[in-house]
Amino acid sequence: MSPVPTSADDGALPALPTLAASPHAHGGMSVAQVMQRVMLALAPATLFGFWLFGWPAINLFAVTIGACLLAERFCERLMGRTSSLGDGSALLTGWLLALSLPPWAPAWIGLLGGFIAIVVGKQVFGGLGQNLFNPAMVARVALLVSFPVVMTQWVVPQPLFSADAPGFIDSLRITAEAPAHPDAVTSASLLGHSKTELARGITIPEALASGPQTLFDWTGLRTGSLGETGTLLVLAGGLYLLASGIIRWHIPAAVLAGIALPALVGHAADPARYLSATQHLLSGAALLGAFFIATDYVTSPNTPAGQLIFGFGIGILTWIIRSWGGYPEGMAFAVLLMNALTPVIDRYCRPRILGRRRDGRALEPTPIDNTGGA
Amino acid sequence: MGFLDKIFRPLTRSEPWGVHPDERKRPASETPIRRLPPPPLLYLPLSQHVGAAAEPIVRIGQKVLKGECVATAKGNISAPVHAPTSGEIVAIGPITAPHPSRLEMMAITLRSDMEDRWAPLEGLADPLARAPEELARRVAEAGIVGLGGATFPASVKLGLGHRSRIRTLILNGSECEPYLSCDDRLMRERAGGVIRGAVLMRHATGAREVRIGIEDNKPEAIAAMRAAVDGHADVQVCVVPARYPMGSDRQLIIELTGIEVPAESRAADVGVLVHNVGTAFAIHQAIDLGRPLVSRLMTLNGEALAQPGNYEVLVGTLVEDLLAFAGGVRGEPARLVMGGPMMGLLLPSAKVPVVKGCSGILALSATEVARDEPGPCIRCGSCTRACPVGLLPLEMNARIANAALDAAVALGLHDCIGCGCCAWVCPSRIPLVQAFNHAKGELAAHERDKKRTDATRRMAEARSERLEREAREKAEAAARRAAERKAQKAREAAESAASNSEGAPA
Ligand code: SF4
Ligand code: SF4
Repeated sequence: MSPVPTSADDGALPALPTLAASPHAHGGMSVAQVMQRVMLALAPATLFGFWLFGWPAINLFAVTIGACLLAERFCERLMGRTSSLGDGSALLTGWLLALSLPPWAPAWIGLLGGFIAIVVGKQVFGGLGQNLFNPAMVARVALLVSFPVVMTQWVVPQPLFSADAPGFIDSLRITAEAPAHPDAVTSASLLGHSKTELARGITIPEALASGPQTLFDWTGLRTGSLGETGTLLVLAGGLYLLASGIIRWHIPAAVLAGIALPALVGHAADPARYLSATQHLLSGAALLGAFFIATDYVTSPNTPAGQLIFGFGIGILTWIIRSWGGYPEGMAFAVLLMNALTPVIDRYCRPRILGRRRDGRALEPTPIDNTGGA
Repeated sequence: MGFLDKIFRPLTRSEPWGVHPDERKRPASETPIRRLPPPPLLYLPLSQHVGAAAEPIVRIGQKVLKGECVATAKGNISAPVHAPTSGEIVAIGPITAPHPSRLEMMAITLRSDMEDRWAPLEGLADPLARAPEELARRVAEAGIVGLGGATFPASVKLGLGHRSRIRTLILNGSECEPYLSCDDRLMRERAGGVIRGAVLMRHATGAREVRIGIEDNKPEAIAAMRAAVDGHADVQVCVVPARYPMGSDRQLIIELTGIEVPAESRAADVGVLVHNVGTAFAIHQAIDLGRPLVSRLMTLNGEALAQPGNYEVLVGTLVEDLLAFAGGVRGEPARLVMGGPMMGLLLPSAKVPVVKGCSGILALSATEVARDEPGPCIRCGSCTRACPVGLLPLEMNARIANAALDAAVALGLHDCIGCGCCAWVCPSRIPLVQAFNHAKGELAAHERDKKRTDATRRMAEARSERLEREAREKAEAAARRAAERKAQKAREAAESAASNSEGAPA
């Protein structure tokens, strides 16, 4: 045998993977881990919602998520893709959708919403990462436009184990009821109430004074969708996401600023007509949207500048819809509108390449200062 | 964008580039350098550097001494190869290259006589009084190439420094790749030699100052170098934050001088040269002792390795022999990598030789390389934040997947340094670097094809032009001859007429 090792001699060696490019190590989180962190961050506000609205809310949550998982599996079967349920993205979509629904909405709302979110919002685009719009918001808006009555019936909080709260068996009846549960004590939300009263010519301070006291409450004991009432818990979850590096500050800060700035100006100019910034930020889905919905990776821009524009746009649009639009809450619409702009924003907000100017041309070399010196 | 830019700049000033991979330098970094005895056979590839392959000047059967030149540099950018130990040349022919492609490359095979006898060597006396060109020539003769892995002939870079005015010479001691610690050990154990090399290089390049960048995760090396630098006012040890890829030229230059090297330019164009600390040490050895580059420091590391550590290895030693000396591998390594885990090359087998640019061999276990199957991009933007160059890896990857290579180039594909930060952070484990390397390869092949067809076309054009010219010249010559003949005839006619009239009786 020649002493020269050539590839012909390699027979005895263990087969090594030939097409494994660098890097040979990996770090950071996996997709599933990212999704798990987001769910962890959502958990406190969700549990609070369960407690506040009782069994019907829990049923709705389970049905919505179940529908999303089923729809995902169904589509993947149909298109011959391998199952991606393990990455948790469908579960998270269902979770976010459930949090944005009226807590006592009947099961068919959750079922239908789950299917719309996954099929129309995600899979027709080509699955995870391909969708232009936030799937949960697509479903929410579709439901709101199609079933405005059911989707705006806000039940008065009836915490679990309280005297009036329905038991598990009763809750099944409520959940199964169609089109809506007639005997639930419903009430308007702050945004909805002020909007209807304004339309009747009653000013905001009067409307707030005359309205039910469940309209606004720091502790979260207020009407609203399943996951939005525990404002402080939502905020805590959002801060956790920031701290763990899952999201950056740009989008949430810009969304909140986009709502607060016009609200400040409006309220200062005409307090009878416009709610204050605090009321705007702490009601409806402002915080949930800012931290959990607008920050969806797939449907938001991926540079800091783009994220600021995107978030600010959502904030402003939310305020505009809330103040002048036909619906009391505008977060979902605002998110979808800005989702549509994301590709454009991404095109114009590219990072500068090292050694190049923004327009892509190479930098001028700096003159060499060889006169001074150490 | 200018106006928006001004408003947004303070808000969007991007977070620091790069990543913080698990260092895993210990325990290898805590073991002193051990010298590997000469193996029975050494394989010396003729192409261990950027540029033209060296040309063998030995015959089979010839006896050589350690340090004797066995292949000379060919052309302007090339480097000679020297016998790493004494022995006999037994073959000159192709061997498997230390490259994932399993391509073959030409090499000289040397059978060691186990005596390891040096050829007579002579250092350069009083080098600082000599002309810079003379130092560069010595460095060229010693076959020194960039030992950080770039393997560019060091003398060419020194000469470059002398031609274009250099202000700052940077020595790269950052060693940002995880697992590797050979530069760290070199600076701890042989700081004096490194500093001496720095002083010689400063003289050879005419630089005003030398800055040595060392990452803050190597306090012992920083201390040793600071102690060794004492007395050289123009050599400065600078501590840089540990972050990958700090050792990349452009990043280190920004960190140490604040200068951003323009795209498509060389560092020398802005008055900076970057060399590895290992190269500085080799230059000291070549000039002061006359020793050519025949060995280098390497880190052997990875969970599959019995005795991780740092070794001084003769160039040409088989990886197999090296692993055996380091106690062998436990079980089957999932991957053998030459270099660091972020940018190293996957080795096709252990039967490949160590080359000059090889800073380490990693025997990685299955758990170390475990990675999930790639998933779809979730547009999380982690890759963009990590990219030290400011590229959009996700967008480039999407273009390449759609075979839109030109669009990927427009996004900056050629500015990609292949550092691997993007692929390292990607939660979907998308093999981004693989895609970029593939695309760069395709483009280079295109370019070559285009050059070739252009050349063929030019040749064909030249040929038809030549034929045309020849035909034209032929026709012209024929016409000329015809005209001459006509003129001749007319002349003759006139002459005969004249003579007739002359001869006519009056
Ligand atoms: S890191 Fe991976 S998943 Fe995230 S944007 Fe980049 S390519 Fe897509
Ligand atoms: S795109 Fe290139 S330069 Fe940027 S992180 Fe990826 S490999 Fe490094």
